[in-house]
Amino acid sequence: MSESKIAKLHEGLVHKDFSCTELTKKYIEATERDNDTLNAYVTITADTALQTAAEVDKKIADGCEIGLLEGIPMTLKDNISTEGIRTTCCSKILEDYVPIYNATVWDILKNNNAVLLGKTNMDEFAMGSSCETSYFGGAKNPHNINHVAGGSSGGVASAVGGNIAVYGLGSDTGGSIRQPASFCGIVGLKPTYGAVSRYGLIAYASSLDQIGPITTNVEDAAIVFDAIAQYDEKDSTSQGRKGAPAYDSLKNDIKGMKIGIAREYLDGVRDDVRKAVEEAAEVYKSLGAEVVYFDLPSLKYALPVYYIIACAEASSNLGRYDGIRYGYKAENYTDVNDMIKKTRSTGFGDEVKRRILLGTYVLSSGYYDAYYKKAQNLRGTIISSFKKAFEVCDVILAPTVPMTAFENGHAVSDPVETYLTDICTVPVNICGLPGVSVPCGFGDNGLPIGVQIIGDSFSEAKILNAAWQYENAANKFKAADFGVKL
Amino acid sequence: MKYELVAGFETHVELATNTKIFCSCTTEFGGEPNTHCCPICIGLPGTLPKLNKKVVEYAIRAGLATNCHIAEISKMDRKNYCYPDLPKAYQISQYDKPLCEHGYIQLSNGRKIRILRIHIEEDAGKLVHRRGDTLVDYNRGGVPLIEIVTEPDFRSVDEAREYVEKLQTIMRYIGVSDCKMQEGSMRCDVNISVRPEGSDVLGTRTEIKNMNSIAFIAKAMEYEYGRQVDLIESGEKVIQETLRYDDVSNTTSSMRGKEDANDYRYFRDPDLVTINVPRSLVEEIKESLPELPEAKKERYINELGLPESDALLLTKYRKIAEYYEKAIEGTKNPKTAANFIIGQIFRTVETESEKEQFNVSVSAENLNELIKLLDDGKIKMNLAKSTLEKMLETGGKATELIDESDMGGLDEATLNDLCKQAVDSNPKAVSDYLAGKEKAVKAMVGFVMKNSRGKADPALAEQTIIKMITG
Repeated sequence: MSESKIAKLHEGLVHKDFSCTELTKKYIEATERDNDTLNAYVTITADTALQTAAEVDKKIADGCEIGLLEGIPMTLKDNISTEGIRTTCCSKILEDYVPIYNATVWDILKNNNAVLLGKTNMDEFAMGSSCETSYFGGAKNPHNINHVAGGSSGGVASAVGGNIAVYGLGSDTGGSIRQPASFCGIVGLKPTYGAVSRYGLIAYASSLDQIGPITTNVEDAAIVFDAIAQYDEKDSTSQGRKGAPAYDSLKNDIKGMKIGIAREYLDGVRDDVRKAVEEAAEVYKSLGAEVVYFDLPSLKYALPVYYIIACAEASSNLGRYDGIRYGYKAENYTDVNDMIKKTRSTGFGDEVKRRILLGTYVLSSGYYDAYYKKAQNLRGTIISSFKKAFEVCDVILAPTVPMTAFENGHAVSDPVETYLTDICTVPVNICGLPGVSVPCGFGDNGLPIGVQIIGDSFSEAKILNAAWQYENAANKFKAADFGVKL
Repeated sequence: MKYELVAGFETHVELATNTKIFCSCTTEFGGEPNTHCCPICIGLPGTLPKLNKKVVEYAIRAGLATNCHIAEISKMDRKNYCYPDLPKAYQISQYDKPLCEHGYIQLSNGRKIRILRIHIEEDAGKLVHRRGDTLVDYNRGGVPLIEIVTEPDFRSVDEAREYVEKLQTIMRYIGVSDCKMQEGSMRCDVNISVRPEGSDVLGTRTEIKNMNSIAFIAKAMEYEYGRQVDLIESGEKVIQETLRYDDVSNTTSSMRGKEDANDYRYFRDPDLVTINVPRSLVEEIKESLPELPEAKKERYINELGLPESDALLLTKYRKIAEYYEKAIEGTKNPKTAANFIIGQIFRTVETESEKEQFNVSVSAENLNELIKLLDDGKIKMNLAKSTLEKMLETGGKATELIDESDMGGLDEATLNDLCKQAVDSNPKAVSDYLAGKEKAVKAMVGFVMKNSRGKADPALAEQTIIKMITG
């Protein structure tokens, strides 16, 4: 049986089973104890958390009604700008950078008295699939600390999976919410491009980036999504949520819902993962849904298209880190150009430099048509093939990752092989679609497997409904042995 | 051999919107360094641009006023390059879908300078060098610009000068920019090449960057024309390069060669959505455009009968034309008002900005009143002129400055009386006149004018005097 952690804690606060300060202290204590092992947090904000908790307690004592998210301890990926709290993107180049403004999502949650425990670890500038490109070292998988939490939002997944945050916000450019959620056995929702404001999210690839929730269960994902999916005039690409809150239809019957499986998604997927996904399809059948198989040949272009577009945009987005206005600056230099060169050479890690070089190359004159322009055209092709797919099914069921969490150190040793593991997550970003990863069992090595449910644009309500029904019926979530025991 | 000059212009014009192109910071010139800035225009991580609609409207105004086609769909692109005054390391500009294309500006010799495109973009900040340090001021960063690019249609320095002046006049008329070259709100890059007269092959061009005065543009072009001709004459080749002009030495020098040219790696800015320009908006803007200086000038010549030189002077600044049109409302002779303005009122405005503002002490209404007194025969021209001087000094109205008794001229008896006195008290003038010196009569007319305090009609006085003498 599926159960909302947020709703449960909310009830506890409202019924005064515990105070918000007690709850927050519990999480801070657990964080301070377990973070040494998990390396989920790069900045812990105990003081501000307790301050907010005290405000919530006062509200409750005064008899005021509190919202579902009020007083709930949570975390933010360290690429979401927080005024007065350092926001590093886990890069040396922003190690001491303290924003002077809030990201829109943090403004929204702050106004909801969300209790921010701290900022969480990530691959440097969200570039990576293991969290190991972080300047602060990678976050560990709470189900087995010899394995990575995944990436790039590895810190959020490690914290939520390790019960040292109730929920967190990550960002997903090519799978960075869904993949670590899958690795850590929890839920990660990548919303439709434009559903959640990107204002204040430190950009990796602007046409692909999207902020979304990482939670232990689908209901919590719906609660957080409904709260943050708002139109924001500061983000021209923002549209907000369309239609009713996802929460309203979360538990609806899914009899007759058409669950599509694209054969290409299962190609090259590890056997235990494929089996888990096929079992999930069986669960859907038992719930009265119809499973339809179809072909999605354009899927083979997704990976190269993703890496060309993402790197191209990144090469431009990261040009601003020059040591002049903020962040790290190299110490010894002869003139301004030398300063910029040395700052960038020593301030960025290898993976970031690799992608900047790739992106610069594909945009440069003489190569633009062969790479960037071709990738843009193919992006259009992939988008239309997904549009067609939604003519034959309501949602698409796919593996989130072709395998379970990598062993520590494995991903960084072979970057190209690691790129290939993004194959199941990048199509959603290329098309701007919503996708949610839900735990669907454990692999032969005992590590969690995730199944992905993908929907048409702005159909978060539908995919979360499908996800909740599956979660409720299959119940594959298992709490890791870390953090706060409720 | 004779060589022909071939030149094209790229002109940056700062738009006079109140706020910047992608944020709500003020565009005001100057200010303490880095006080007209916010997280967006200094490109702090995570910030996003939001296109100011006014910028699009202003650019469309500029496009319509220069006979351009206005695109229905446009977009913003990133121009990537690294320089400390550019906080995002890319400038948001327009690459292959500019807002306006294919316009022209017609010169007085009848030639049309074709405008290839007008696009919108953000300005960069500014480096300040002080005591061996280089500081950056981002106040100007994000101020909206339009870049107006012409075809290589210029064949002389005079054409270039006229084009820049015309562009300035038009932009000011339609209110999109103050075009103050000395403050940098209008800056020109000139592409220049030479070729043997009669040839239709373009020579190798050089580009002179960032010139901020019409005089410098003319000098730089003359110098560069000479330099290129000398090179060719001496058997050398012109190298394609970017030059800067030094106004002290009046020479150009190389900034960078072709091989150092930036690869800007243009691509569509994913942070900004497609710009849809509804035709209704274009129509609306078209309707709101004022009569442009060229059309106004033609109308002054053809309908008001002004000489071209007057028409040109009165239409160069929008405020002056407005003043003139108010001053002649309901009057009979448009030339009189033109004479008053050009002959007398212009003396009180000297600088470019004074002409631009045209805040003169005589209001258009008061000038109108004076002209009407003249039209109605209540005062004569001499009195009108002297009254206008007084009006310029005091800012008063004509009716306040002219005595009631001075109105309506002189009756015949008084005129005759004054003429008689003039003849009687100037025997020398009389004899001179009779001896054939016709001009001698002027002295007597002067006497009459003086003693009638300008009220007498000088022509009538002269006739009367001559009749008296020759009897």
